[in-house]
Formats: sequence, structure tokens, C-alpha cells
Amino acid sequence: MSIDRRQFLKRSLTMAGATLLSGGTIAHALDKEDPSIYSTGNTANARNWKLWVEKSETLTPEQYGVLVDTTVCIGCRRCEWACNEWNKNPNRPIKEFEASVSQQKSVFDTVRRMHAGNFTVVNRYMSSKDGKPIYVKRQCMHCDDPGCLSSCFVDAYRKAKNGPVVHNASVCIGCRYCMVACPFDVPAYEYYAPLNPQITKCTFCFDRISKGSVPACVDICPAGVLTFGKRSDLIKLAHEKIGSNPDKYVDHVYGEYEVGGTSWLYLSSVPFNEIGLRTDVGKTPVPKLTKGFLLGVKMFEIVAAWPLVFGAYYAISKAREKTKSGHETSAEGKGEGHGEKH
Amino acid sequence: MAKNTNSWFREKILLGKSNRDYIMSSATPGNFIAGFIIIFAVIVMIYRLFFGLGPATNLSDNYPWGFWIGFDILIGIALAAPGLTLGTAVHLFGMKKYHHFVRPAILSSLLGYVFAVFALLFDLGRYYRIPYLLGWSWGLSSVLFLIGWHFTLYIIICLIEWSPALFEWLKLRKLREVFQRLAIWATIFGVIIAGGHQSALGGLYLIAPAKLHPLWYSMFLPVFFLLSAIFAGIAMVIVESTITHGVFKNQLKDFNQAEFDNRTIGLGTAAAAGLFIYFILKIFDLAHSDNWAYLNTFYGYWYLVEVLGFILLPAMLFASGVRNRNARLIRLTGFLTVVGVILNRLNVSIFAYNWQFPASMKYYPKWMEISLSIGVVAMLIVAYRFIANRMAIMYDHPDYDSGH
Repeated sequence: MSIDRRQFLKRSLTMAGATLLSGGTIAHALDKEDPSIYSTGNTANARNWKLWVEKSETLTPEQYGVLVDTTVCIGCRRCEWACNEWNKNPNRPIKEFEASVSQQKSVFDTVRRMHAGNFTVVNRYMSSKDGKPIYVKRQCMHCDDPGCLSSCFVDAYRKAKNGPVVHNASVCIGCRYCMVACPFDVPAYEYYAPLNPQITKCTFCFDRISKGSVPACVDICPAGVLTFGKRSDLIKLAHEKIGSNPDKYVDHVYGEYEVGGTSWLYLSSVPFNEIGLRTDVGKTPVPKLTKGFLLGVKMFEIVAAWPLVFGAYYAISKAREKTKSGHETSAEGKGEGHGEKH
Repeated sequence: MAKNTNSWFREKILLGKSNRDYIMSSATPGNFIAGFIIIFAVIVMIYRLFFGLGPATNLSDNYPWGFWIGFDILIGIALAAPGLTLGTAVHLFGMKKYHHFVRPAILSSLLGYVFAVFALLFDLGRYYRIPYLLGWSWGLSSVLFLIGWHFTLYIIICLIEWSPALFEWLKLRKLREVFQRLAIWATIFGVIIAGGHQSALGGLYLIAPAKLHPLWYSMFLPVFFLLSAIFAGIAMVIVESTITHGVFKNQLKDFNQAEFDNRTIGLGTAAAAGLFIYFILKIFDLAHSDNWAYLNTFYGYWYLVEVLGFILLPAMLFASGVRNRNARLIRLTGFLTVVGVILNRLNVSIFAYNWQFPASMKYYPKWMEISLSIGVVAMLIVAYRFIANRMAIMYDHPDYDSGH
């Protein structure tokens, strides 16, 4: 199994290299061959949902979050390894993850995204300030007012009181509208499961944090990139960091207001759109984008229904009167018809 | 199969022919082509069911929705609007002179929705969980929930509207009368329900402002989808009546070409009005969102092709056809309008979606996706012919009052 995967990686790397030489864009070639695309049967989301059902009432109402300081990340990818390990996603020895940062050709050559078999990825960008690499960990942002939740037509998502957005795989039909709705392109899909495909995404280690522990990725991070804590405290901390080091940081905490606020927050030394965090997502919570429309449709259906019903009733009674008063009208109607079988 | 001893079967299904004669008479080139396309599609369906969406499609985590949503649902439902437009015109606005178009229109709506939902089942990962949506797991804040429910309701409405033809065929006079009386109520609720979900299909994309190109993303998306569905519905009536009057000519005993042309021109007037209003709204939206700068880009040129070539041009051609009483031009423009609506839906769902992606990362459908969709269209046409050859769709049943 692991040999297969290694061969797979090897093959994809060769492919990526070939694409590089031919001058095409490398991003796609590698991403398409990412073995985590083929992963199926993840249990982490279902497990965390069950736990949420048990615990939802007793959770602390204090929202937790994680502050990601991208300026100190060393690109060791241990967070990816720990995440795979904890959530029982396909994994490889931790050495292979750590090696990426020093390899000539590595997974960092392409910008990756989360797939069915990995809930977090670390990407590399080159700083526009000093040309040095910046490593950016990505995972579900755990929005305060999540778009996936509002978009789901079987109501499979919940925002837990303590922060995580959890997914209920046992009702999901697999329409994938949440993937359209998510402004951060987080939910992934088990495209290679023919019968029971699931949506998978980062659970914010709901199982760990609701027991007083920290997420697996935060636990393993050796460089102090990830700070777990109460969201309100983290925002204060982030602004303190910016205030005490204004030359180092861009004066913005990504996630403080983006799409109405997210549990995960980011600090950066360069504009956020240069490190793959979209700055065009706006401050409006995603559910608000369709709320007005849904209200409009309901209003239309309730308000417009009555005139139509009465109009039809009127039309029917008028037609009855006509048939009573004689056949002149119906004869006229038939005269100009075509294609009637007499 | 059973021997041809069942006279009901022979009379109703085989059109009074023996098994052998029926099969012989069905062995036409058209049927062979349709059969070939359908067999291919069925193979793809089986492949999809056994191997999953990954091998069967080009869908990915970045492109969760592809050709099956864009073509089967967005296009299929927009083009299945004839029942909405004609039902409204005849039953609600009392335009009785169009009543010969109503039954074909309702049949095409019914089949359009049924086959769109059938095709959708292959796109859904866990299609067998549809009852969850209708039964107990309600996502009331989702536009897709509204669509799911409205599709179900609208199929029921179309069935009621169509059932008089079915009961005439089965010679169930009493049931036919009951459903004939129900039909007007079904039409009213049909207008409300269809208006709701046609706009909701556009409303689906309101949720992704950062992913859809600004030239296509608009707060008016629901209005655009509804309005274009209305003129698409009219254009489809023109197109379908052109085709069916050719194919089913033998069923139309005292067909009056001049009368038919007049009705077509009347439909052209309505389509022209719809297209002009739509065009003005599009330009208003462009100005309101101040998207002029995008016009001078690759996406901008494509947008102009859509707006000028497939909205403004057909609008003017319709207007010209009406003015010069040129039914032929109106029929051709009907085709052009339908192509324009197809283009628009593909633009919104595929072309303008994830527009920031480089070309190499863009989605394009796999042959299997196209094959399945075309196969479903072929199934629809075969089903339409099957029904129209047996029931009083193209004409009034001689034994019954037309009810108008």
C-alpha cells in the first residue's frame, strides 16, 4: 500500500519535472496526481459529528481559534503529518514530509489544495519583499457564519459553540454545493468512492479541543506558528504583534472580518493575496448572499399566489357563464383552430 | 416478451400492429441513431455507478459542478419552460387561440423535468438519499433545497396538467374530467412554482461572488435566469412546434399553414419583448456594477458575443420577423435564441466559473459526461414521440370537449 503511494508520488514528481522542462504550468500536473485525491472512506468527519451530537449542549460558549503567523513557518509539514495521523488519512513517514523543504523538486513546487485524503496543506510562496520563501498552512477556516452550512440542502453542517464547523456525513447526498459555496475552497469530495462518497474537511479537531486539548497540528508545530486560544484573545494578540513589529507585518489580521469572521486567523509580511489567501471574498457572511433572494422568493410565492388564485377563479366563473349563455363564443374559438380531429 | 395475444397491449402500445410489424416499422435510421446514442449513455451510466464520479467525469475539488449541472439542469430546465409560458398565456391570460400549443408544451415540460432529474441522479454522490431531502433533513437556508422541492412539486403539477391526455388515451372519462378541472389550479401553482425555481437556478450562483466572473455575477442573476427562461420557453415552443408540425403532420387533419404562421408570429412578438427587456437589464447591470473595464478582456469579448450575438441580434430578428410577417425568420430566430440560452447557462456554470484559474486548470467535460447528457436528450425525444404517437397531444381528442 505504502509502496504504491510512494511510486505514485515518484511518478507525479517525474511528471511535474517534465512539465517544468516543457515550460507548461506545473501547478496542475502535480495537483491532478496528488494521491490524496483518490482517498476514500475517511471517518474523522463522521466521528466528530457523533461527538458533537453528544456534546453540543455542554460546550463552552467561548469560541476558540488559531492564529497562524506565516512569518515564522519553516515549512516542515509536520502539521500535515500529524493531521493525517490523527484523522486516519493516508500517511507517509514524517521524514518524507520534513524533507520537502530542502528538496530541489518538492511538493512545494505547486500550490496545493485540500483533497479527500488531507485536511491541511502547506504551500510555499516567494516573498515579494525579500524573495525568501513564505510557508502558508491551509485548512478549513471555520467561519463564524459558514457558507457551507447555509448552502447545504440537507442541513448537514453545524457551527459548534466552541468554534469548529462540523459535517454530518450520514445525511449528505453528495450534491457538492458546499464546495461551490465555500469562498476558501475547503470541502473536498471522495470522487473515487462510487457508492458512499463523502465530503471531507478539517474538523478543527473537535474531538481534541472539546476535551481541553489543542488540535493535532498545533500540538506538533515546532516553530510556534500556530497559537490556539480564545478567538477574542487571539485577535488582541495579533494586533499586539502587528503593533510591536509594524515593519514585519502587514497591518491586517486575515480572518478577523473576512466573510464575517473566521476562527482561524492569519498574519503575514506581504499582502495576503500574494500568499494564496483571497482578498476578494469580502466581509459579508456568505449566507447573507442568498438570504435576501430566498426571502424574495417566499414573498413572491405568498404574495403573488393570491391574485393568481383569485384571477383563475374569476376566469373559471366567467367561462361557466359563457357556456351557460350559449355557444357563440365556443364556436368562434373552434373556427380558427388548426389540427383538430373532427 | 409475451406473445402478441394481449389486444390491449397491441392496440395501445403497438398502435394496432403485430409485434413483427411494429418492430419493422420502427426500424428507421432515426431510431437506430437514437438507439445507438442511448446504448452509449446507458454504458456510461453503469460505468458511473460502478466506478464513481472520479473516473467517469473531469470533476475535481476545484470544479465540483460541471457539464451535468450546467447542461442537464441549468439548460434542461430553462428549455423545459414552455409549459410555464404557454400554460400561463392560455389558462391565465385567456389567450385561447394558442391552446393547440399547450399540450405539446406541457408534455415537453413534463419530460424535460423528469429527464433532468433522472440525469441529476448520476451527478449526486448518494442519489439513493433523495428521500432525506424531501422527508426529514431540511436545509431551509439553501437555495438548492428550494430547487429540490420545487422540482418535485413541479413534476407533480406537470403530471396533473398532462393527465387528461393520458386518461383520454386510457378511455377513463370520469378521471379525465376530474383532472381537466384540476388542470387550471395546477397551472396557477405551476406559475408560482416555476417562477420560483427558474429564478432560484440563477440564485444558486449568488453564493459564489468571488468565483464567478463579474460580468456574469450579478445580484440580478435570479431575475436574469427567470426572464431568460421565459423567452427560452417561448422560443422552445416555436422550435418544437416547427419540428412537431413536420414530424406529426399526419396527425393534423385540417392543418392551416397561414393560421400556424400567425400564431408563430404572435409568439415571436412575445419573445422579442422578453429579449429586449432582458438586454436592457443586462446593460443596466453592466453599468450599475461598473464592469466596463472587463469588456476589453478575453472574458469581455466572450460576454459581448453572448449579449450582442445571442440577445440583441435575436431580439432584432424577432422584431423584424414580426414586422414583415416573416414566420420563417421567426422560426430561425427561435433556434438562435435557444442556442443563446444554452450558451448563457454554460457560461455561468462552467466558463465564467473559477475564471481566475489559468487555462490549464480549467474544467472541460469528459466525453462520458457529454455522452450521458446527449443520451438523456435522446431518451426524452423517444419518450416524447412515443407519447405523441399514442395520445391526443397534437390535436384535440375527437371524443372530448377541448375544455377551452
